[in-house]
Amino acid sequence: MNIYVLLKRTFDTEEKINIQQGKIDEDGAEFIINPYDEYAVEEAINQRDQHGGEVTVVTIGEEDSEKQLRTALAMGADKAVLINTEDDLEAGDQFTTARILEAYFEGKQPDLILAGNVAIDEASGQVGPRLAERLGMPYVTTITNLEIKGESADIERDVEGDVEKVQTSLPLLVTCQQGLNEPRYPSLPGIMKAKKKPLEELELDDLDLDEDDVEPKTKTIEVFLPPEKAAGRVLEGEVNDQVKELVSLLKTEAKVL
Amino acid sequence: MDFDLTEEQQMTQKMVRDFAQSVIAPRAEEIDTSAAFPEDVFDELGKLGLMGIPFPEKYGGAGGDTITYTLAVEEIGRVCGSTGLSYAAAVSLGASPIFYFGTEQQKEKYLTPLAAGKKLGSFGLTEPDAGSDAGGTSTTAKLSGDSYIINGEKCFITNASYASTIIVTAVTGKDKKGKNIISAFIVPANTPGVTITSNYQKLGVRGSNTAAIVLEDVEIPADHLLGDPEKGFKQFLYTLDGGRISIAALSLGIAQASLDKALDYAKQRKQFGKLISSFQAIQFKLADMAMEIELARGMVRKAAWLKDHNRSFAKEAAFAKLFASETATRAANQAIQILGGYGYMQEYQVERYLRDAKLMEIGEGTSEIQRLVIARQLGC
Ligand SMILES: Cc1cc2nc3c(=O)[nH]c(=O)nc-3n(C[C@H](O)[C@H](O)[C@H](O)COP(=O)(O)OP(=O)(O)OC[C@H]3O[C@@H](n4cnc5c(N)ncnc54)[C@H](O)[C@@H]3O)c2cc1C
Ligand SMILES: Cc1cc2nc3c(=O)[nH]c(=O)nc-3n(C[C@H](O)[C@H](O)[C@H](O)COP(=O)(O)OP(=O)(O)OC[C@H]3O[C@@H](n4cnc5c(N)ncnc54)[C@H](O)[C@@H]3O)c2cc1C
Repeated sequence: MNIYVLLKRTFDTEEKINIQQGKIDEDGAEFIINPYDEYAVEEAINQRDQHGGEVTVVTIGEEDSEKQLRTALAMGADKAVLINTEDDLEAGDQFTTARILEAYFEGKQPDLILAGNVAIDEASGQVGPRLAERLGMPYVTTITNLEIKGESADIERDVEGDVEKVQTSLPLLVTCQQGLNEPRYPSLPGIMKAKKKPLEELELDDLDLDEDDVEPKTKTIEVFLPPEKAAGRVLEGEVNDQVKELVSLLKTEAKVL
Repeated sequence: MDFDLTEEQQMTQKMVRDFAQSVIAPRAEEIDTSAAFPEDVFDELGKLGLMGIPFPEKYGGAGGDTITYTLAVEEIGRVCGSTGLSYAAAVSLGASPIFYFGTEQQKEKYLTPLAAGKKLGSFGLTEPDAGSDAGGTSTTAKLSGDSYIINGEKCFITNASYASTIIVTAVTGKDKKGKNIISAFIVPANTPGVTITSNYQKLGVRGSNTAAIVLEDVEIPADHLLGDPEKGFKQFLYTLDGGRISIAALSLGIAQASLDKALDYAKQRKQFGKLISSFQAIQFKLADMAMEIELARGMVRKAAWLKDHNRSFAKEAAFAKLFASETATRAANQAIQILGGYGYMQEYQVERYLRDAKLMEIGEGTSEIQRLVIARQLGC
């Protein structure tokens, strides 16, 4: 099977994030593989081990993204591709990403493409589905189980906590949700082997794309942190009064009523 | 000069950090209070290839370098001193001597299962009457036909109750000057006559197994002698030099954990209407901790780098071990101070750091012995 994983390097949202001049300050940030993409890598490796074939991990990013690709190789992926847009693009959005990936997949014959359900940085959840549309293949989002038999795939997907069962056929794109598997730690021998595995670097030119072809369709107006969580408040007094106060606070302060 | 870690080193550091934080850290308190050796954690460490970092692939290792190994020790030590000590001892003391001095056959048979993480190794040097003065060993090994017969007693041996092989040092004769010749032997732990008991109640590193070994007419094949029969003493000094780098890395982990906890706490705790991190008295403590830790880290990395480049590293390993272990004790002590009454309580973990750190000033050569080693290197 010809298996591809779409992987994004993101900052770790569990770590402290600083914003400087409308941009996330990358100096202090920790960078990781988008956690949902880790499920995708793990699933790709498992599917390959069951059905044979090859796992290629693809990322669109910059020089530094090599680290995350090497980690995926250390986990057990076979090949990696870095589409380096550092010098070509100032900004990009989900359209940009899907369009570049579409160009990358031209002439390739993927049987299965796995992506994360969302990337934890921008959390749009769009790249997978938009790419599938462009490639004209079926897609299933937020999957929690995947059984492939020949050309057909039995899938369980998470729908707001319930399970939906879907049957579809290959070639197929899926986006992975928590619960699909337990991503492995890259082992030491895996880490040592990762360096010897092929990592191809491409630029827009190599994909016959111009900057104009991938110009983002959206504009980022402002980047800001969520308001700091204030300490909880304990209401006091008679229960009746407390209820009244609560209702009025929900109206005036929280503005949810 | 290049202070950056290689990609492999960074990846290993991140992997071990993730593993340590999510698998070992939640267990650290229970490992300490129950004083139970976490065998299952070592199975996992083995599967991840961590037991064999500095050994070549052909012996079941990962073919990594000493720096990579110290990164792993530091990350494990950062969450659990007990696991860190047993890990460092298994690799640096249990397995390394076989790699340094073993024959091809000994490596295949005895190093491979250790490096692959299937078995655990131990190093029995210390005796009730020979600690710092390890040359004062009174355990004997007498050649009889094709076997050695070993008699004696070892104490404070890390991992021995769970080990498959124990490297044992013993006196095999006297040289021309009448001084004892010490040799090292690979003793399979299940050899008749080997009795291993673990009854110590320790201050810290309580989940690390520490055992006493009695050797009573233990008969092992003569080919279990390790390395040069005349140079057993030099060999274990070399082994300890290497081990010191790992104890230094472990100390570094404990010191870093102390700073992490203290800094985090100081930025949240308010007294006199202010965060205590705004008081200069607290700031200076934190500044000293951070500085000493970074200095210790530099020394650990340098000692490891020298070893990786086949340069002499005895003095630097002693620098690293001495400074890092004393840094760890100071940092843990100050962390308790910064946490005030809470720091004194088990729940806040820093009291465990202090108990664990203290061992680092004793094991693999006390601080006094490190100073002695350094002074000797200075030509005193
Ligand atoms: C938890 C734990 C795990 C251990 N694991 C192992 C192991 O796996 N394998 C192993 O072989 N051993 C192990 N040891 C033993 C350890 O290496 C010894 O405890 C250590 O070397 C000190 O020896 P000692 O306890 O006999 O103290 P002593 O040598 O009796 O020292 C007592 C005091 O005298 C000082 N002193 C001694 N000689 C001098 C000198 N010449 N100048 C100045 N001061 C001096 C020492 O610094 C110390 O302060 C372990 C010990 C512990 C506590
Ligand atoms: C075993 C035990 C028994 C105890 N028994 C009693 C008891 O019987 N009765 C009782 O009332 N209390 C008791 N205590 C509480 C004890 O008195 C407090 O823990 C102690 O006063 C410190 O307060 P804290 O723990 O809140 O630390 P904090 O006051 O939060 O101090 C944290 C750190 O900040 C430093 N700090 C605070 N303010 C400043 C400042 N302005 N400038 C510089 N540094 C500052 C402190 O020195 C410390 O290092 C006990 C505590 C323990 C652990």
